[in-house]
Parts: sequence; structure tokens; C-alpha cells
Amino acid sequence: MITKNPGQWDFHGGIHRPDCKSLSAGKYLGKVSLPDTLVLPLQQHIGAMAEPVVEVGDHVLKGQTIARVTEYIGAPIHAPTSGTITAIEERPVPHPSGLSAPCIILQTDGRDEWGELPEPLPYFDDLDPSLLRERIRWAGIVGLGGAAFPTSVKVNHGPDRPIQTLVINGAECEPYITCDDLLMREQADRIVEGIKVLLYVVDAEECLIGIEDNKPEAIAAMRKAVAESGLRDVQVVQVPTRYPMGGEKQLIKVLTGKEVPSNGIPSEVGVICVNVATAAAVTDAVMAGRPLLSRLVTVTGEGVNNPGNLEVPFGSFMSHVIEQAGGYSDKAYKLILGGPMMGFTLGDDELPVTKGSNCLLVASREEAPDPDKAMPCIRCGKCVEACPAQLLPQQLYWYARAKDFDKTQEYNLFDCIECGCCSWVCPSHIPLVQYYRFAKTETWALEKEKQQAEDARRRHEARVERLERLERERKARLRQKKEALEKKTASGGMDPKKAAVEAAMKRVAEKKARQAKTEKRSEESS
Amino acid sequence: MKFPVHTSPYGALPNNVTRVMGEVLLALVPGIIALVYYFGPGVLINISLAVTTALVAEAGVLRLRHRPVRPALTDLSATVTAVLLAIALPPLTPWWMTILGVLFAIVMVKHLYGGLGYNPFNPAMAAYVLLLVSFPVDMTQWLPPEMLNEHPLNLAQTLTAILGGGLPDGLTWDTVTSATPLDAMREQLKMNKTISEIAQNPMWGDFGARGWEWVGNWFLVGGLFLLWRKIITWHIPFSMIAGLLLASGLFWLFDAESMPFPGFHLFSGGMILGAFFIATDPVTASTTPKGRLIYGFLIGVTVFIIRTWGGYPDAVAFAVLLMNMAAPTIDYYTRPRVFGAREEDHG
Ligand code: SF4
Ligand code: SF4
Repeated sequence: MITKNPGQWDFHGGIHRPDCKSLSAGKYLGKVSLPDTLVLPLQQHIGAMAEPVVEVGDHVLKGQTIARVTEYIGAPIHAPTSGTITAIEERPVPHPSGLSAPCIILQTDGRDEWGELPEPLPYFDDLDPSLLRERIRWAGIVGLGGAAFPTSVKVNHGPDRPIQTLVINGAECEPYITCDDLLMREQADRIVEGIKVLLYVVDAEECLIGIEDNKPEAIAAMRKAVAESGLRDVQVVQVPTRYPMGGEKQLIKVLTGKEVPSNGIPSEVGVICVNVATAAAVTDAVMAGRPLLSRLVTVTGEGVNNPGNLEVPFGSFMSHVIEQAGGYSDKAYKLILGGPMMGFTLGDDELPVTKGSNCLLVASREEAPDPDKAMPCIRCGKCVEACPAQLLPQQLYWYARAKDFDKTQEYNLFDCIECGCCSWVCPSHIPLVQYYRFAKTETWALEKEKQQAEDARRRHEARVERLERLERERKARLRQKKEALEKKTASGGMDPKKAAVEAAMKRVAEKKARQAKTEKRSEESS
Repeated sequence: MKFPVHTSPYGALPNNVTRVMGEVLLALVPGIIALVYYFGPGVLINISLAVTTALVAEAGVLRLRHRPVRPALTDLSATVTAVLLAIALPPLTPWWMTILGVLFAIVMVKHLYGGLGYNPFNPAMAAYVLLLVSFPVDMTQWLPPEMLNEHPLNLAQTLTAILGGGLPDGLTWDTVTSATPLDAMREQLKMNKTISEIAQNPMWGDFGARGWEWVGNWFLVGGLFLLWRKIITWHIPFSMIAGLLLASGLFWLFDAESMPFPGFHLFSGGMILGAFFIATDPVTASTTPKGRLIYGFLIGVTVFIIRTWGGYPDAVAFAVLLMNMAAPTIDYYTRPRVFGAREEDHG
């Protein structure tokens, strides 16, 4: 079934704020020069951490797998260029609380020498989709819109969930960010190739490409590429500019009218949603046999001299990237990874760009002023009006603050997509999202604790049960013995010796009888 | 390079409490001007007294509670409470009553419950009710509107009257003041007069009571401004007015001679002020969209019930306080449907 009038639906709430995209829109500053050292975190995606398959001192070639997946939800890591592994150790990684995590350190040799790559699969539609999924998995592709969820898992929806619509997310609703916009303008063909592959892999009936109406060039370029590709049932849909239009659930609602169930995933309603840059990465993996080694990153804000988009190999330090965007201006005040709504500030720029890094926003004091002291909630309901998940943020805040995590769950805490709309409109300037993140983490910790307690209880119960069983068995044996003895006494107090002799004689007689029988049978059969 | 960190979202936030409260005050201006025009400068004196008291009380309590004083004073919430109470008081209310009311509102109703955002009752209305039940006579002595007033007082005379210096020579309280229209309607209905008889009285105008109706209209202008600025949503004013009109209209249809025309209810008392400025007080109202509709509707109906059968002529304050109590429950049962809620999750 093909969706009629895609884009006719709407989602609740959301906000309008100046998109500030003109700073970097349509500006491509080229490839970042290869730094001397790349720091590659083993965890650049949602799921299990990758496991190193190289050792310190190994020489690796460009594209070579240096860390492999260990679990279903995971992604491997490849060497973005050739060089030598100098260390595998904990290094600071981009994280809201400035954590360190295991990284592979690659000393580049400047030769940028490719290793052996798997063969391109231009005739992919002769192949089994599982082979293509394998290829996508091998390539280490994750959602490049920022969430970094492994794409191979996403496109493996299972036979019981047929997919009607493949949604391609080109909304790019966060202010400032323009890397998807640029990609659509300049490399629409590459995206459309990826769509072809994905349509085949998930066996969808149609594809809807959602792009916000503040990107007319991208819309035109994509429309042209789709028309030239000859693909049927692929449509570019212009959607209104409103944050968070690019939220997976929101875009799906607007394009198809379907609501992804609370606590559910899109495939439950027959939809799979993939970002435009991810689709382009799929093209590289399938058509060229190339893994994901770099990405487009927007470097913008009043704090950089020459805002624009750059192709950045993973593991490059942000300081290095920003230098190539003209370096810091006098106004540089804060460094934000991601957009101003869902991104987070970094305390330091000596951190690697990873697969999920879509934007480095160097904000001026005006662009990202320090937060005021929060005032009490005046229950004005502005947050309720703005919440795209249709939650009651003020109640969630109330219970999160009171650490009443049963209540926060009752008020659907886990449907919160952390979009920040509530915090944005709150007149009391309460950092609401922070409370929800806190409540989520605490709830997970509690669940884990509960799980552990539950496990311990089960173990304990099992042990008690085992001991009881042993005891019961012991008692039963005792009883049997006793009963046997009693029987004997009851049967006239026969002399044990005599009894033994009698038993032996009985056995002999039985044996004889059996022998006779078998002999008889063998005679008959012969 | 090192940078400071804090949580998202980043940018100059569009709303703040001071702005919200400031716009509420701004929206009150047309109505206040109308009050001054029809009922003399008394309301201005009340407002000044009330605001001064509120700010001093707020600062005092915060100092006692060891809380920062400045942000609370500049958030203008105490000022809004004071102004709302002052508007609701009769123009010649004695100074000490105004001060008493404001002190009660700020100290007892607001801060004893934890301060801004925590008070379950609307402070201005709680204070109004306290004064009404304690000093019923003073609280019902209104001035006649300008066109019916034979002895208008000037600013100095008003000031003297409020501060306890009495009235100018030759005037008594009875000659200066008159009952509110709601009160008059009540008294006359009690005397078994029919509505058409009562309507002969020059105090009645085009929609409601003369003078009062225009004050109501100017508050309506302010209320629409708040709607336009998205400081309030339409739910409460709409449903509250609908509740009142529906209830009064139903009875009027059956018995037009002893039940006043619905428009009278709307334009004669504090209904418009109540619907746009008082019942919409975010702290004490319902916050879910559906809940707001129910909350407003119930206030409207309650206003009619109390006006018709209750012991007090005006009822907005009582009705609002009653529904303040119900607001948390209403909120609980009107939680909006969460995005993507599954069938079995409804309810
Ligand atoms: S927007 Fe802020 S002040 Fe208003 S109800 Fe929500 S949390 Fe409370
Ligand atoms: S952050 Fe969560 S609660 Fe706040 S608006 Fe977004 S989804 Fe709603």
C-alpha cells in the first residue's frame, strides 16, 4: 500500500527557533588534512563495545578492521588511514560528563594506503538480502544523524514485521547543522543509490524522503536525483520547519500518519527510518566495498572564523578540525557537540570526532549564555504544549525531583525523547531534560539492582530448594531402609543367611528359564 | 582550549517568569483605567498600598526563610497578586484592610505553603474571601459608576476616606456608596420583584450593569492580549464563561422573570476579570488541556450556583478557591494520551 498524501499529518508541540543555518549552509570546506594521530574509541555507537583485533605495534592499512563486533547490537571499527597502532588505552572521549573510555591510538604514516577490500556488489539485487546486511554490518555503519544506532540491526526487522515504508530522514531540524543539507545538495545520487539498496534489503513498498522546507536546494537536488534514478514509489516530501521534525517518531507521523507505539520501534508499524548520510554510507559499503571511515561534520557558530562543513576521518581531534575551519574567533565561548537543542557542551577540544559527531558548534556568549538560576515551577503548562511526546513534563519534573521513580514511569518517562522543547519554553528556566536523564539513569540502576536482587533471591531459593530436596531424599532413603527392615521382621524374622540363599536360588532359576527361552527363539528363527 | 559546560538546550531562552508576570500586569492596564474612569481614583490608591505591602512582605518572608530576595521581587509574582486583590476590593476600602489582605495573601497563602509555585490556593482570592467574610459590610460598599454618581470624590477626598479621615462635609457613607449590581439584583429578587421591574432601575445598561459592563469589556481586551501573547490558553476563560452562560441560560429559559439574563452574569461582576486573569493563575489551576476545560467549566457553573442560591452576591473568588482544591485530582484523571500510546494503555 502506498501512503496517500504523505506529509499531510502533524505532530503535537515542538518549537520554532531561529535555525542559524545560513552560517554554514552549502559551504564545503573540503577534507580535513590527516592528523598525525587518530584516537578511535571502541564505543562509537549504541550497543556493545567493539573488541580490538590488533595489537600495539601492528601496522594497519586503510579500511582494515581494527576492532570487531562482539554482540548482535554493535559495530566494528576500521582504520581510517594507514599507520601503526601505538596504544590501546583509556582516553577522554566526547561525553557529557567528560568520561574516559578505551580507544585505539593510530599513528598515521601519511601514505593513506588502502588495505584489501571486499568486492563491490553492483548487482546487489541478485543477492540474498542477508548478504547485504552482512556487508552493512561489516562496514560499521551506524545512524549518522547523531544517534549512532547500528544500521545492520535496524534493517534486520525480521520476517514477522513486513515493512511498508522506508523513511529517509533529511529533515535536519536542529538549528545550525547543515551537513545533511550539503550532502543532499551535492551528493543526492549517492543517497539515492543507498535508498535503492535499502529498499531491496528491507523489501519496502515505498520510500518517503522527508526534508524541511528551509532547505529548498536540497529538496530540488533530491527530486532531480530520484527522477533520474527511475525509481518508482520514491517521493521527496517537503515538511514544515519545526523542531523536532527530524525526531524519528515525529517524522514518521508527519509522513505516514502512523504513530510508533509508546516504548516501541518503527518496524512495529511497518516503517524503517534511516538518515540520508547513513543511506550514502550504505552505497559506499555495497557499491564500492568501502567501510565507514569518515563523515561530514558541520563546524559552525560565531566562535569559528570560517564556518562550513568538512569531511573528517574518525579519530581526528576537534581542535584540529576547528583549525581547518579558520580556527577560533574572539567570540568562542562554548564548544557544543551536536546541535543547540540536543547536543552537549564539551570541556575540552582535544577529543576525537566519532561516528555520531554531526556538528561542532563553537558558540559565542550570546549564542549560548550561561544558564540562569532556575525558579520554581509555576505550572504554566508551556512545557505540556511543547512536548512532542505528549507527556506532562512538569509532573515528570516534580516526581524526578522527589526521586519517585515509580511515578516517573507511570508518567511515561521512557517515552521522553530528550528533545529539550520543554526546557526551551519553560519560563522558570528549569533544566527539565537534565532531570529526566537523571531519572532514567536512576531507574536503570534500580532495575539492575532489582534484577540482581531477584537473581540472588532465585539463587538462594534454588539452594534452599536443593538442600531441602537432598534432605527429603535422605529421609526417604532412611524410611525405605527402615521399612524394609520392618517388613523383614514382620515376615517372620527369617534368618538373613537363609534369605540370601533363597534369593540366590531364585535368581539361578530365573536365569535358566531365560536361557531356555532364547534358545527356543533362536531355533525357531533358524 | 578549555570551555565551560552546562546542560542543553543552549541559547537565549524565549520565556521568563518576569516577562509572563509583566505582560499580565500590562494586560490589566485597560481595565484599571476603566475602573478609575467609572469609579474614581480609589483603585489606584488601593493598588499602590497593596503593591508596597506585597513587596515588603515578600522580602521579609524570604529573609526569614533565608532565601534570595532579589529574584523573587523581580519575578513580579507578588506584584500581580497585590494588583489583582486591589482591583477586586471596593474603591474606598480602608487602608488597613488592604494591607491585611495582602499580608494574608503573601505570608499565609503563598509562603506558608512553600512560596511561588507551591501554593494550592490563589493568594489574591483567598485574601479576598478572608476580607469578605470578616468585614462583609465594608466589602460590599462600592461606589456608583460615574454616570450615576452625584457626589464624585476627587483624589484628595478619596485618599482621606481610605486613610480613615472620613468623608467631605455634608456627605455620609450611605450617600456616597451604593451596593454592587450583583448585590442589588439579589436584594431586589429577594423582595420578590421581577426582572423586568428591576431592569427599570437606571443602574442597568446595555449588557449588564452600567459602568461595570465597560470595565468588563476593557478587562476582556486585556484578556485577549494575553491569549494573543500565549501567556494563557483559551481553555479556562472559554470553558468558564461557557459554564456560566450555560447554567444561567438554562434557568433563564425556564424562568426569565426571576432569573437574570445570562449576559447580566457575564458583565456585572468579576466574571471577565476572573475568567482571564484569576482562574488562569497557572500555579493553582489545572495544567492539562482537558483538565483546564473541566476546571473552567466547573468554576463557571459554581459561580452561577453561588450567585443564585449562596449567601454571597459575588462568587468568583469562592468558586476559584473550590476548584483550586480539585485541580490536582482533575489533572490526575485528565492526563493526555501519550504519543503512540497502545490501546491497552488508554485510561
Ligand atoms: S514550563 Fe516550566 S514553569 Fe511551566 S509548567 Fe512546565 S516546568 Fe513548570
Ligand atoms: S525533553 Fe522529553 S519531556 Fe521535554 S519536551 Fe522533549 S520529549 Fe517532552
